[in-house]
Amino acid sequence: MPATSLATLRSNIEAHLHGRVASPFAYRQCNVFHLVSTGVPQVDALTGGLPRGAMTEICGAPSSGRTSLLLAALASRTADGEVCALVDARDSFDPLTAAASGIALKKLLWVRCQNIDQALRATDLLIQAGGFGMVAIDLSDVPAKIVRQVPLNAWFRFRRAVEDTPTILLLLEQEANAKTCASLVMRLEAEEAKWTQVAQALLPVPPATTPRPSCSPLTHPVAQLLKGFAARAEVLRSRIQIPEKHIIDIRAGTQSRAHRNVFETETIWSK
Amino acid sequence: MGFACIYIPDFLLQAVVRGQRSLGDGALALLGGTPPLWSVVAANSAAFHAGIQLGMTKAQVTQFASEAGVPDSPARPPQVQICMRSEAQEQAAHAALLDTAWSISPRVEDTAPDTLVLDLQGLTTLFGSEEKVAQELACRIAKIGLAARIAVAANIETAIHAARGFPGITIIPPGEKRRRLGSLPLGVLTAEPETLDILERWGVSTLQALAALPVLQLSERLGQEGVRLSELARGARRRSLLLAQPSASFAEEMELEDAVEELEPLSFLLGRLLDRLCVRLDARALSVRAVYLRFELQPSFEKDFQVREEARKKPEPKHYRKVLSLPVPIRSSKTLLKLLRLQLQSDLPPAPIQKIRMTADAAAPRVTQNGLFAPAGPDPEKLELTIARLAKLVGQGNVGRVHLEDSHRPESFRLEHFAASAEQSRRGTALLWPRKPSATNAIAVGALRIIRPPEAVRVELRNAQPARVYFRGVRGEVMAASGPWRSSGDWWQEDPWQHDEWDLEIEFSSPVEAQHRCAPSSQEVNLTASQQSPPCALYRIYFDSLRQSWFLRGIYD
Repeated sequence: MPATSLATLRSNIEAHLHGRVASPFAYRQCNVFHLVSTGVPQVDALTGGLPRGAMTEICGAPSSGRTSLLLAALASRTADGEVCALVDARDSFDPLTAAASGIALKKLLWVRCQNIDQALRATDLLIQAGGFGMVAIDLSDVPAKIVRQVPLNAWFRFRRAVEDTPTILLLLEQEANAKTCASLVMRLEAEEAKWTQVAQALLPVPPATTPRPSCSPLTHPVAQLLKGFAARAEVLRSRIQIPEKHIIDIRAGTQSRAHRNVFETETIWSK
Repeated sequence: MGFACIYIPDFLLQAVVRGQRSLGDGALALLGGTPPLWSVVAANSAAFHAGIQLGMTKAQVTQFASEAGVPDSPARPPQVQICMRSEAQEQAAHAALLDTAWSISPRVEDTAPDTLVLDLQGLTTLFGSEEKVAQELACRIAKIGLAARIAVAANIETAIHAARGFPGITIIPPGEKRRRLGSLPLGVLTAEPETLDILERWGVSTLQALAALPVLQLSERLGQEGVRLSELARGARRRSLLLAQPSASFAEEMELEDAVEELEPLSFLLGRLLDRLCVRLDARALSVRAVYLRFELQPSFEKDFQVREEARKKPEPKHYRKVLSLPVPIRSSKTLLKLLRLQLQSDLPPAPIQKIRMTADAAAPRVTQNGLFAPAGPDPEKLELTIARLAKLVGQGNVGRVHLEDSHRPESFRLEHFAASAEQSRRGTALLWPRKPSATNAIAVGALRIIRPPEAVRVELRNAQPARVYFRGVRGEVMAASGPWRSSGDWWQEDPWQHDEWDLEIEFSSPVEAQHRCAPSSQEVNLTASQQSPPCALYRIYFDSLRQSWFLRGIYD
């Protein structure tokens, strides 16, 4: 096609769309997101952070650290003064650990649902209202079979609704379901739990004449305390371009981008 | 310089028409008085033309109206609509008129239900000339559904008489009051009917004629009343304004001819009341903080009507009340209507409604100053609407923000109404520079997912410690345990608690032969132990010493 007719066609289209679509032929980089901290440095190093205006999926089995990561992310957002919303599909949110995580509870809207249908409709209402820094949907306790039945266009509609907004849409579930609608998909796996043992000196030493009990104090459960657990995060899919560092630390050596990383959690009484 | 008088002609009629616009199109007559001695107290020009007269009894008017519908009648007058006089509507119209007057001038005198006087001093710098002030007044009064006559003069009484006598807007320059008022009839004066009758018999029918009478002789015959009327006719009487205090209550009332039962027609009526209220509040630069609704319900004939030997007793009207409290002042009548609809959808009055009274609590409008770098939160009005919709979806007590209570009892919290505060973030530059986690909070807190309500589990003990746990149809071996950690409290109350908590690392046997069991939600089948269950998971269980049972508190995740 001759160049002059192409230019004419382009100018005609731009004139026709003037006032409705700005720069219809301007290429927009879809993978450039504004990233914010997840609240966990190891996950930030892995993913770059949570993208604004996009959907992030965090999937994993129970005790894999999903909820801990969710609370850290909420703490990070509410500490910056953003209003967040949590759609709790099975009413599993614990306000006590949330407060211990650093979440400003006054800035968190908690929606306690009874089933996934309510959760999806509540999410729709919250996204349409706008103004939230993060909308988190917790489907962790919903059986995977049920979540798989959610049509893909529902996730697509959510993704489109948060596009071009500063809202982070965070989805917690047992397995990834949103397919390409999610800009970042992470899978978490449980690592080992950490138990501390109370020092033996704190326990009374039985006299020599007393027969030694069959179970050693060290193995008695009273002497154990759950300190925390570790979780391994793996990026399954990411459309985020992590901004390159322009300052190279020569002491750090060559670093390749990792796809998995381990982060620790600790219980409230261990902090 | 002067004073402006607002006069509402046919105030009784206009108050009723304000509530129901369709009544103003044709002939309309109002009945008033003590029942059963109702008589015509007001009628519009079309009704007078049709033959209605003031003082006609209800029976006469009813017969007149029925004859008007007879096709064979030789001179068939137009059909006359008959309504009852409504004091509630009159009070509401008068209150709306006062609010409008206060929106122009802070010094207003409440002269009569249909007459207000404003002090215009200092207003010309705000609105322009006195004529522009009068035009602005007329425009604002039209917004509240009334048609007014406005007169501006240097003297209060002159302005009142001019407003009562001349239609539209009248401006009387200084020095011309006697000439301009001269043609007005004596009826514009506030005087005893007997005195006016005497003057009529003397042949004095206009203010000019009254002003021409010698004052001394007038006083000999009519006393001080005569002197007063002479001063009024000459525009020489001076007095000060008796200022009215701005009221803090905003109420609108509507009486329905046909009782309303459905939500849709009720919403329409509530919308009209809200529009009127919001216009009044807008005139005073105020917003709505709370809305109180009182519905008067139609009494049930079968249940409430009691026939007694002495007399038939009229059943007492039942009332149904609703309160809409807002976390932030709102001015938009559409938003308020949506919120009221959402409230009423789940809780409609139990009987048809025959009267609605709406009262609004006023508050200063919210002032929001968004920071340049602080994140913008949700719009308060949109947020309020969203929360109302969420409450309708999940239940009133299931949406809000958490408030932890000062108690060691598990699950000691309550949900409060969520309102986004206008506080700015301390880290004002958070959007520009992402917050880097400090070294002290580099480790996340291990979260606990609570099982609500706690699930009963079966526990096998070995050496007084859990060794095997059965729940949700699966069996798990305890690999590590921490406990028991006893907590108890409220022993002095009716519902004490005593729990021995354990933190367990449980390994489920593999391959899992999970038995499907219905979960609390009827839509879902619980498959917690999925086909690919983790080898180990961390749980918290507790032994309820009072109920002597084991329960699952939550899962560490």
